[in-house]
Amino acid sequence: MNNLKNRVGIVLGCLLILVWCLLPVVWIISLSFKSQAAITNGSPGFIPADGAGAGWQNYQDVLADDQFRRAIFNSIGISLIATVLSVILATLAAYAIARLEFKGKKFVLTTALAIAMFPVVSLVSPLFDMWRTFGIYDTWIGLILPYMSFTLPLAIWTLSAFFREIPWEMEQAAQVDGATSWQAFRKVIVPLAAPGVFTAAILTFFFAWNDFVFGISLTSTENARPIPAALSFFVGADPFNRPASLLAAGAVVATIPIIIIVLFFQRKIVAGLTSGAVKG
Amino acid sequence: MASIDMRNIVKKYGDGFPAVNDVSIDVQDGEFMILVGPSGCGKSTLLRMIVGLEDITSGDMMIGEKRVNDLVPRERNLSMVFQNYALYPHLTVYENIAFPLRLAKADNSTVDAKVKDAAETLELTEHLERKPGNLSGGQRQRVAMGRAIVREADAFLFDEPLSNLDAKLRGQMRTEISRLQKRLGITTVYVTHDQTEAMTLGDRVAVLKRGLLQQLATPRELYENPGNLFVAGFIGSPPMNFLPGELDGTSLKLPFGTVEIPADRAPDAAGRGLLLAGIRPEHFEDASVVDSSRGGSTFRARVEVVEWLGNDTYAYVPFEANDEVREQLSELARDTDSESLRTQLVINLDGASKVREGDEAEIWVDTSKIHLFDPKTGENLTVDREHAGRIPSLEEGQAKAQAEAQQSA
Repeated sequence: MNNLKNRVGIVLGCLLILVWCLLPVVWIISLSFKSQAAITNGSPGFIPADGAGAGWQNYQDVLADDQFRRAIFNSIGISLIATVLSVILATLAAYAIARLEFKGKKFVLTTALAIAMFPVVSLVSPLFDMWRTFGIYDTWIGLILPYMSFTLPLAIWTLSAFFREIPWEMEQAAQVDGATSWQAFRKVIVPLAAPGVFTAAILTFFFAWNDFVFGISLTSTENARPIPAALSFFVGADPFNRPASLLAAGAVVATIPIIIIVLFFQRKIVAGLTSGAVKG
Repeated sequence: MASIDMRNIVKKYGDGFPAVNDVSIDVQDGEFMILVGPSGCGKSTLLRMIVGLEDITSGDMMIGEKRVNDLVPRERNLSMVFQNYALYPHLTVYENIAFPLRLAKADNSTVDAKVKDAAETLELTEHLERKPGNLSGGQRQRVAMGRAIVREADAFLFDEPLSNLDAKLRGQMRTEISRLQKRLGITTVYVTHDQTEAMTLGDRVAVLKRGLLQQLATPRELYENPGNLFVAGFIGSPPMNFLPGELDGTSLKLPFGTVEIPADRAPDAAGRGLLLAGIRPEHFEDASVVDSSRGGSTFRARVEVVEWLGNDTYAYVPFEANDEVREQLSELARDTDSESLRTQLVINLDGASKVREGDEAEIWVDTSKIHLFDPKTGENLTVDREHAGRIPSLEEGQAKAQAEAQQSA
């Protein structure tokens, strides 16, 4: 009896949380399948009413749009490059912080934290000026740089925590076995810190993919404009009548890469990978 | 295959504390050398200096004919088994063992043959595809050994490899290591704090205390001819008994009475005042079961506690000691990682003995096996230098005496 109550409680609780989290997403999906006319006229039903459904038309329109395709390409490219660079740099930096004794270690860590706490908005206008002077305004690199600098601190903190948990002996054993420091790092330490590396990668990718402020202020054309910014510029034939259903379809498409990436990385984040390394 | 020669090795840490202080040990080619001592004696530090994981402050570390002080671990061609095994958890047992070969860029067929061979030796064949996390302690230990033997290293280094195993498994692995070393005939340095391992495994044993080499000798020499009070108290279980005594001619006055010791036992021990007499538990016996023709002396004492272990019986006899002796004994106990609560004799009785708790028993003592120690310096006055291996503190004394003799001449 008690057991049954527990299970019912768990199911109810989960449902509540799911509804709370997923309702907006589901609503966007519903919108994306309605025709523009139906939305303008008001179409309260979740499932499109007869004659109000647009089928895959909105998706076809969105994907046929050059501007949108370009924005998706920009977003994927910029986010991936920023993630890869940030994770590589963070791995090396975190390893140094976890393993080596050097002057200014505390300084590096506190600076990193300070950067992470800095409000993004306050940096936008100086960056805008600087980037125009350097000639990297409205380019990929102009976005990759701020993304990296804002995600590095978090990545470094996450990774150095992971590195610190790897027993020293692992590395020493590798060195005795004939590995150079670099080989020991690459073949033993990095694989062991893999969950940390992937965690850092996901966090970095999220930040870059979801960013709106930099995306809209440091770009001016579709040359480098990422998806969140592009969606806000997405105007249909009639500027006074925003194509809500097309936007909804665009938003759904923009979510798909994130879901794929999370599913892919989640498999790699296996906690307790180090168990069995040493006698506990 | 190579010898390892440590010459005046010193290791000082940042605060200037010498963890290893002027230690010289020569490990012959193919020899099984044990480094033993209580915790904090510098034995692990010394091992890590051999393998290159610790810098050497001064002195020469020679492997073969080569000075390796400045070489990184991978250039020394040694293999090591760590105390906690340090297996790579993300690799299978096969890849763990193959790791050194892969780093040496061996081709796949060579790797396969060698790994299979090592696995066979260590009975790991059926576990090759498993991950270390799924293995038992003993199996992990064998994988760590597999990783060490798969490569043709110049020497094996073991850092307390059995301390994480339970007692039964430890005994099995001990014989296994011994057998493996004999078969491969490879130079081995083995660090332990367990004196059973030290006595059973080693060709020679180096006893260290607070970074100083106390004695370097075969297990038998160490047991029968300890160079000083520390070695005498550290080697042997239960430990040697230490009694205050005064020597007058050949009669030694002990708390239980006076015993006669052979005249040649301690020619220069007489007239030194208070001495410490060291007698091993098995050199006492219940007088009623001893053949009277064996010599020695007897005394009467009240037995407080008797422990019967089947093959052995231990009897405990308390005695009074003055503060100076008590101080000395408790310092010794601290040095050997043990604790002395009261001054008492431990006597190893024959199984046939009928002595019971509370009895006043006639105890026989083998006086030819009594050692006499100077309580101030800890020096063993009865040491047989021919059969005591190397005792650095005596060498220094000799060198100093020689130097003085030369100066005066």
